[in-house]
Amino acid sequence: MLTVENRPKRDGIILFSDYKAGSGIRRSVEMGRENVLFELRESKLKGRGGAGFSTATKWMLTAAASGEIKYIVCNADEGEPGTFKDKVLLTEYPDLVFDGMVVAGFTIGAKKGLVYLRGEYVYMLKSLERYLDRMRTYNLLGKNILGKEGFDFDIEIRLGAGAYVCGEETALIESLEGHRGEPRNRPPYPVNTGYMGCPTVVNNVETLASVPNILIKGGAWFAKHGTDKSTGSKLFSISGDCKKPGVYELPWGITIDEVLKIVEAENTKAVQVGGASGSCIPKKCFDRKLAYEDAATGGSIMIFNESRNMLNVLKNFMEFFVEESCGQCTPCRVGNVKLLEGIEMIENNEYTFRYINQLKDLCKTMQLASKCGLGQSSPNSFLSILENFKEEIFFKNGNGVYHG
Amino acid sequence: MLILEKNMLTEEIEKLAEQYGNSRASLMPILQAIQIKYNHISDHAQQEIARVLDIHPVEVYGVISFYAFLHAEPRGRNIVRLCKTICCEHAGKDLVEKAIEREIGVKFGETTKDEKFTLEFTSCLGMCDQGPAMMINNEIYTKLDPEKACEILSTIK
Ligand SMILES: Cc1cc2nc3c(=O)[nH]c(=O)nc-3n(C[C@H](O)[C@H](O)[C@H](O)COP(=O)(O)O)c2cc1C
Ligand code: SF4
Ligand code: FES
Repeated sequence: MLTVENRPKRDGIILFSDYKAGSGIRRSVEMGRENVLFELRESKLKGRGGAGFSTATKWMLTAAASGEIKYIVCNADEGEPGTFKDKVLLTEYPDLVFDGMVVAGFTIGAKKGLVYLRGEYVYMLKSLERYLDRMRTYNLLGKNILGKEGFDFDIEIRLGAGAYVCGEETALIESLEGHRGEPRNRPPYPVNTGYMGCPTVVNNVETLASVPNILIKGGAWFAKHGTDKSTGSKLFSISGDCKKPGVYELPWGITIDEVLKIVEAENTKAVQVGGASGSCIPKKCFDRKLAYEDAATGGSIMIFNESRNMLNVLKNFMEFFVEESCGQCTPCRVGNVKLLEGIEMIENNEYTFRYINQLKDLCKTMQLASKCGLGQSSPNSFLSILENFKEEIFFKNGNGVYHG
Repeated sequence: MLILEKNMLTEEIEKLAEQYGNSRASLMPILQAIQIKYNHISDHAQQEIARVLDIHPVEVYGVISFYAFLHAEPRGRNIVRLCKTICCEHAGKDLVEKAIEREIGVKFGETTKDEKFTLEFTSCLGMCDQGPAMMINNEIYTKLDPEKACEILSTIK
């Protein structure tokens, strides 16, 4: 029987539960495409890569799109600072991820799946290739999968080369096609015009990994977990100032306070939810819920305790965006540099509040006018940290330096 | 470069194109293979790749210059990439950085004279719960402290 080597014991209701490799694929063949889409819709599964688009809708649009050749792409670029849950899925639960891809291929009518693996994860390439080979041996990949006439599907892994923006789905497709990873204008969306101009589903690793259990246990079962708008569970990558950092599978709707208890965080001052492009939540708001409808996140939770300098945290994030902006559009290319300069002015006590307010206006322009999510969301940290840690940054000791 | 070496490189690129297919979409895998073997993608390699894939050499250069892990200029045989994102910074990256610089004798952003090491910073490696983290060539090392980082470097050939 196909098994995964060295799966450590983890606890969770959906992803980190027992799963028999290949069983999701078998179930999809028994059910047929329409029923797969039906269960997916019942589950109300939303994309785990950040944008939170309905997975059933995305698959349906691609299945319905005209074109002989279709693709399913697994987005394993995982570049958002503080995110490492896809790494855990790929190394410990490749059966869930790849079975999810095969089911997607079956459902939308794709013969080929591509995994876009970030260059930093090249160390896991060999073991992933080995796993795919074993799937071929068990006829879970290849021709007439599980004896189903005409069900042909295979998976190829492609490596990224150290560019955060390539996680954006259209940049990822550009990169797969051999170009600079510059985001495209949307529409057209990948569901119609994706890889090589063909209809393409791009899904996050965790989204795909959620599919097999939905088919086996049912969409309604999945939707029982979490909240009304955020069904199921979520993998949270938790790092920073706490005793037990790591990847946790928790139900959507859990509060920040509850999470902090689980990981044994003490003297917490701030929690950055959603990575550098997410927002920074101060202590007084730790009762907020982690969910698409409240504090949304692709899974990155970074914890900062009382000893941390929040201006320094913000500077680190802005340096990241200045480096990772692809430079294609002006609001993002110039805007991020201006925001970083502003932070340095605060650091050196050379700012005026008038100028800081102008930068906040610039943030709004960036959110509206940037071409892709990078420039649209990079102002989030700037705005939330300057607002929520105003006192620390502007009032302590009469300058921006925090003596904590 | 000697003529012989040039011919070898051409042959290698042709083989790679055969393996990955003669299309534009093979550009990245070909560049990655050359990068791994030679630590950079030379002018000559760029021209040959362009010729084989039937695209303009500037297109090849454009792609190389976009990606942090592809280089047109020679680098050290071993590329050390230390994570500078916030969780690793909070976990003690600065001390590790200073220790590595002392031990290797060059600063981050530089290559040693014997071309053994290039030191670089990188963004989050996805090891934030185990920082400070660094990548040397294709391997990732976690939970570094100054001594451990230098010990690891001393084992690299
Ligand atoms: C700058 C940027 C980086 C992104 N990085 C990732 C990533 O690393 N992984 C990912 O799954 N989605 C990433 N996304 C979101 C993708 O564009 C896309 O929405 C997602 O892959 C869709 O999959 P899902 O519906 O399963 O969430 C990124 C978006 C932006 C704007
Ligand atoms: S918003 Fe930034 S990353 Fe996105 S296309 Fe514009 S410049 Fe490139
Ligand atoms: S912050 Fe260094 S690995 Fe993520």
